[in-house]
Amino acid sequence: MTDLLVRIGANRDRQAYQAMFVYFAPRVKGFLMSKGADSALAEELMQDTMLTVWTKASMYHPGRGSASTWIFTIARNLRIDKLRRESVQHFDDVDGLEIAEDDPNTGRTVVAQDDAVIAGQERRLVAAAMKRLPTDQAEVIRLSFVDDLSQHDIADRLGLPLGTVKSRMRLAYNKLRQALESEL
Amino acid sequence: MTIRHHPDDATLLSYAAGTLPEALAVAVSAHVALCPRCRHGIRTAETVGGALLDSGSAAEIAADALDRAMARIETRAGGVATPEPLPDVADARVPAPLARRLGAGLDDIRWRWIAPGVRSHEITVSPGSGSLMLLKIAPGKSMPDHGHGGTELTMVLDGSYSDETGRYGPGDVADLDESIEHSPMVDSEVDCVCLVALEAPTRFKGRIARLLQPYLRI
Ligand SMILES: [Zn+2]
Ligand SMILES: [Zn+2]
Repeated sequence: MTDLLVRIGANRDRQAYQAMFVYFAPRVKGFLMSKGADSALAEELMQDTMLTVWTKASMYHPGRGSASTWIFTIARNLRIDKLRRESVQHFDDVDGLEIAEDDPNTGRTVVAQDDAVIAGQERRLVAAAMKRLPTDQAEVIRLSFVDDLSQHDIADRLGLPLGTVKSRMRLAYNKLRQALESEL
Repeated sequence: MTIRHHPDDATLLSYAAGTLPEALAVAVSAHVALCPRCRHGIRTAETVGGALLDSGSAAEIAADALDRAMARIETRAGGVATPEPLPDVADARVPAPLARRLGAGLDDIRWRWIAPGVRSHEITVSPGSGSLMLLKIAPGKSMPDHGHGGTELTMVLDGSYSDETGRYGPGDVADLDESIEHSPMVDSEVDCVCLVALEAPTRFKGRIARLLQPYLRI
C-alpha cells in the first residue's frame, strides 16, 4: 500500500489510487463508524479522506510512516475538524507543524530508499506488540483510538481514577515504542 | 531554547488518537511545534492508529463510492493541498498553532486584570472542550496552592517559573493531573507568560472568574 501511495504522489497514478480506495475506503468508513459516526456521515468523511489522499499524496513520504498510519491521521484530522463546529481552527497535525523546521526523517536513522520497507515493518511490529499487551493496557488503547474516548471518559467508563488510566496508557506506549526501537 | 519538560506520554498518545480535549490539544501542538522529540513521539503513537485501521472492521460502502471518488479527483486533478496561510504575527515567543488562534503578538492582545500582578487572556475553544487562556504574571509573584480538577497543561512562552516539580522556561510544559498540588512562583526578571489549558471539569463551567477559582480562591 505504501508503494501505491508513492506512485500516486509521483505519477498521479489512477490505477494505484483505485487499488488503494478498494482497500482503505471500507476500513476508513468502518473506523469512523466505530467512533460513533452514522453511516452517512462516515461515508462523507471517508470520501473526504480519500480525496485528501489524492491531493496530498505528493507530500507523503514513507519516512512519515506507513500508508495506513498516514491515512489514519487524515481521517482523524478531518473528523476532529468536523466536530469542532464552533471553532474554525484546524487540528494541528505533526506534518503541518514540522514543515517549518525539520525534515520528514526526524528522529529516524533510515535512508530514503528503505523507508517504504521500514514503514511496512513498523506497522507489523506495532500490530504484533499490541497483541502482546496485557488486557488492561490494550483496553485503554482501544478505547482511545477506536472508541474515541478521552482519558476522562475512559476513567468514567472503567470506573478507575484518571491516574490509573494515564499510567496504563504510559505503560502501553512504552512497550510499543520499545518494540519499534529494538527492531529497527 | 532547551526544552526540559515535555507532556506526559499518555498525553502524547491521546493527542495522536485525536481524543485530547481541544484546549489541551492546542497546548500540546504549541509545544510540539518547538519540540522534535515530541513530534517523533506522536508519530510513534500514530502507528497504533495505522495498525488499528488496518485490522479494524470494514464497513460496507456506497455502491457508487468508487465512481464518486474518481469523479472527485478528476475535478481536482493535479491539485495539491495549499498549506494554511501563516498569520502575520511577528512574535517569536508565540508558536505557529497559537499564533493562528491569537492573531496578534503577546504585546498586542487584550489583557484582562485579574489580581495585582496577574493578567489573563481567554482563548476560545469549542464548547465542552476545556478552557484555554494565557496568564501573564509579574516577577516574584506567587500563586496560592491549588489542586486540579483533571489534567492541567501549562506551557511557558516567556519568562520562567518554579514550583515543587521543577523550573519551567520557554517551551517547557508542565503536565499535571488532579493529584498534584503546587504553588508556582515567577522567578524571571520579565513577566512570565504561560498558556494554560484545563480539562474543564463540570465545576469550572463558568467564565473567567470561575476558571481562575483554583488559582485565586475567589
Ligand atoms: Zn517535547
Ligand atoms: Zn496548577
